[in-house]
Amino acid sequence: MSKPVVATTSLAGCFGCHMSLLDIDERILELIELVEFNKSPIDDIKTFTKQCDIGLIEGGCCNRENIHISKNVRKTCKILFSLGECDLMGGLPALRNGIPVEECIREAYLDGPTVGLNKEQILPNDDELPMILDKVYPCHEIVKIDYYLPGCPPRADLIWNALVALVTGDELKLPYEVVKFD
Amino acid sequence: MKDKVQNIIRNYHDDRTRLMDILLDIQAEFKCIPAEAIEVLAGQLNMSKVDVEQTLSFYHFFTYEPTGEYTVYLNDSVVAKMMGSDEIARAFEDEAGTKFGSVSEDGLVGLFETSDIGMNDQEPAALINGVPFTNLTISKVKELVAGFKAGKDVNDMVGQTGDGRNSDDLIKSMVNSNCRMQKGSVLCLEYEVGSALKRAVNITREAVIETVKSSNLRGRGGAGFPAGLKWEFCRKSNGDVSYLVCNADEGEPGTFKDRVLLTEMPEQLFEGMAIAAYAIDAKEGFLYLRAEYNYLKAYLEDVLQKMRDDNLLGDKILGSEGFNFDIRIQMGGGAYVCGEESALIESMEGKRGEPRNRPPFPVQAGYHNKPTVVNNVETLSTVVKIILHGADWFRAIGTEESAGTKVLSVSGDCRKPGVYEVEYGMTVNEMLEMVDADSVQAVQVAGPSGVCIGPDKFDQKISFEQLPTGGAMIVIGKDRDLLKEVALNYMDFFIDESCSSCAPCRSLTVILKNKLLKLMNGFGTMNDIDELYDWSKYMKQANRCGLGQTAANPIMTTIDNFRPLYEALVKTDDEFVSEFDMDKAVEASCKYVDRVPNVH
Ligand SMILES: Cc1cc2nc3c(=O)[nH]c(=O)nc-3n(C[C@H](O)[C@H](O)[C@H](O)COP(=O)(O)O)c2cc1C
Ligand code: SF4
Repeated sequence: MSKPVVATTSLAGCFGCHMSLLDIDERILELIELVEFNKSPIDDIKTFTKQCDIGLIEGGCCNRENIHISKNVRKTCKILFSLGECDLMGGLPALRNGIPVEECIREAYLDGPTVGLNKEQILPNDDELPMILDKVYPCHEIVKIDYYLPGCPPRADLIWNALVALVTGDELKLPYEVVKFD
Repeated sequence: MKDKVQNIIRNYHDDRTRLMDILLDIQAEFKCIPAEAIEVLAGQLNMSKVDVEQTLSFYHFFTYEPTGEYTVYLNDSVVAKMMGSDEIARAFEDEAGTKFGSVSEDGLVGLFETSDIGMNDQEPAALINGVPFTNLTISKVKELVAGFKAGKDVNDMVGQTGDGRNSDDLIKSMVNSNCRMQKGSVLCLEYEVGSALKRAVNITREAVIETVKSSNLRGRGGAGFPAGLKWEFCRKSNGDVSYLVCNADEGEPGTFKDRVLLTEMPEQLFEGMAIAAYAIDAKEGFLYLRAEYNYLKAYLEDVLQKMRDDNLLGDKILGSEGFNFDIRIQMGGGAYVCGEESALIESMEGKRGEPRNRPPFPVQAGYHNKPTVVNNVETLSTVVKIILHGADWFRAIGTEESAGTKVLSVSGDCRKPGVYEVEYGMTVNEMLEMVDADSVQAVQVAGPSGVCIGPDKFDQKISFEQLPTGGAMIVIGKDRDLLKEVALNYMDFFIDESCSSCAPCRSLTVILKNKLLKLMNGFGTMNDIDELYDWSKYMKQANRCGLGQTAANPIMTTIDNFRPLYEALVKTDDEFVSEFDMDKAVEASCKYVDRVPNVH
């Protein structure tokens, strides 16, 4: 039987969840025995080359591209994981949710203390750039999510245990250390 | 201003535990708590400014900005809306020339919404500068605002005073008691004021506790804890001093029976408090009165004074050596959670009304960390009759586990709203007949924290065994949109009133409400209904106090009893539907950066 195919992606996150995935250390060698990676920053495959079995999404949706990717991952993967606080609830990027988007753009490009170089006061409006959403949406408001792995980031052991349990059909181990957050 | 504030503080002997009273006086004087006053308070009370602000920011009726010369707080709870408060709100806005949540430009009129003010049987109702105006109509609103513009005193705008003792010189309120309690029940049995206390002081403290214990009297404020046992725990706690508190916070929307007991028979309550104080050997007692009932304060003070004059309060009560007891009225500042006994105690100490962790329970460490009994108005009033007529007499009334009678606050779609005293064991059907209601879709028993039941459960008995209630009974007619008009409003209520200490109470309430809205907006799935229910279950386990533990009840009990209403909102067989609207989501940012949205 061919190995299950895994895809991962990072949206409005900080890549910390992916770092945490790498934190499984040498078990990554076991992991690639168990599964095959497709689209993922880990192997640098940028677009899907086939249907996948498992998708992991880090980060919520803050722009149109994020929405597009979440939907695409949902379409391409049979089982979808929400990875980490930003995907689950919006996380840090969602701190802007109480502030009108106009104000955020103004602060970022016109008024903020670090925008000195933007002398011509240009606002990003090129068609190539993804459009900014009014707020940051957790992925489960956009697509159906099958499993949630909480944490900021989720512990490496949590990601490992979850993937192995799913692939092998064994019971998921959730010891306290793996799901406590403080 | 400084002088005025200093004087107010001095009136309370520079005592920081009296911060609530001080803030109430400052708010009344300046229509807000000015920044300068906060400085003075911090200095004179030897507290940090942040500590002052912690307390003041917690309560609805303390504000940073002036609330207008005439401050209108219009009730926005379920029954108020059912009785047309939205139209009244619009009339106020039109006449006063300002929107709700703001003050007119000339500073004359401030319009604000507030949670239930305890007038559900005479809605729409509002508090204007603390004075209740009930049964509001559009023409009445016009008259009122004209009065504001003419500079009239709100008390002179009351007009016809209400029934019963509402026309007393010290109340002079248009509120009606709508007291439909029958003579010959328990609380309305005629008696001579002082006779029960006399009987009590002639037996030992233990004997009083024993009588109340064997009467099986259970708390009437909601939780139903046996009153005698509570007193015994307090008496057995080691403490040089103990306190008695009467809980008259009555914040549960739809409950107003304590208002009527306070208006029509306050002597009975205070006598009950004296008996309880005798039993637990307390020298000081407090009536924690919700801010909304401030209009009763002068009258209640007067009743207390008369009782002192008759030696029913004060030193050596009724000649009993060593029995000294007096009662002070402590006003609240507008916060439902302060009805929770440990939050109430925090508030009495001048702090934010945040519930404490338990144990220790108040009977072990309550007010100023001393053993404290907190009982509801009705519980303490009932004690008088138990002492007079005996435990056996009392136990014979009601059902096995629910001895005695219950005072109900009935409102909503019925012809005879008001306050009734019924024997425990009455069915909901019998009650509906009594209050003259037909075409009933549902009854909200015990307010938002209680249960919403449909006709298939109307044969259930009002009792601790089957349908416990603190007293609120809201009748909801067939034509009402139960989810929108009731469940959704109650979720907003809990969101507003949560003290926000516990994460689920603070956040899950909002998440649940949004999911309910998702369903109402036509984006829901069957899965959403199941999730609403499953998530609601966590509220019970994961919150500190009763507010959070019951805050999902408006949703859970309507799913339990009215699931078809939810299912009718689901328009698809899909497992998942997103509410996300790309056009809307990118509109603002594109406009700001001058870009044509291209979402396809
Ligand atoms: C959020 C919340 C609000 C409450 N409000 C009241 C109230 O307004 N009046 C009341 O008597 N009890 C209220 N209670 C119950 C009190 O905590 C306490 O149980 C009661 O005052 C005890 O008196 P009892 O035993 O005589 O009923 C409330 C409880 C909670 C959790
Ligand atoms: S349950 Fe809610 S109201 Fe009660 S303590 Fe927790 S946050 Fe405060």
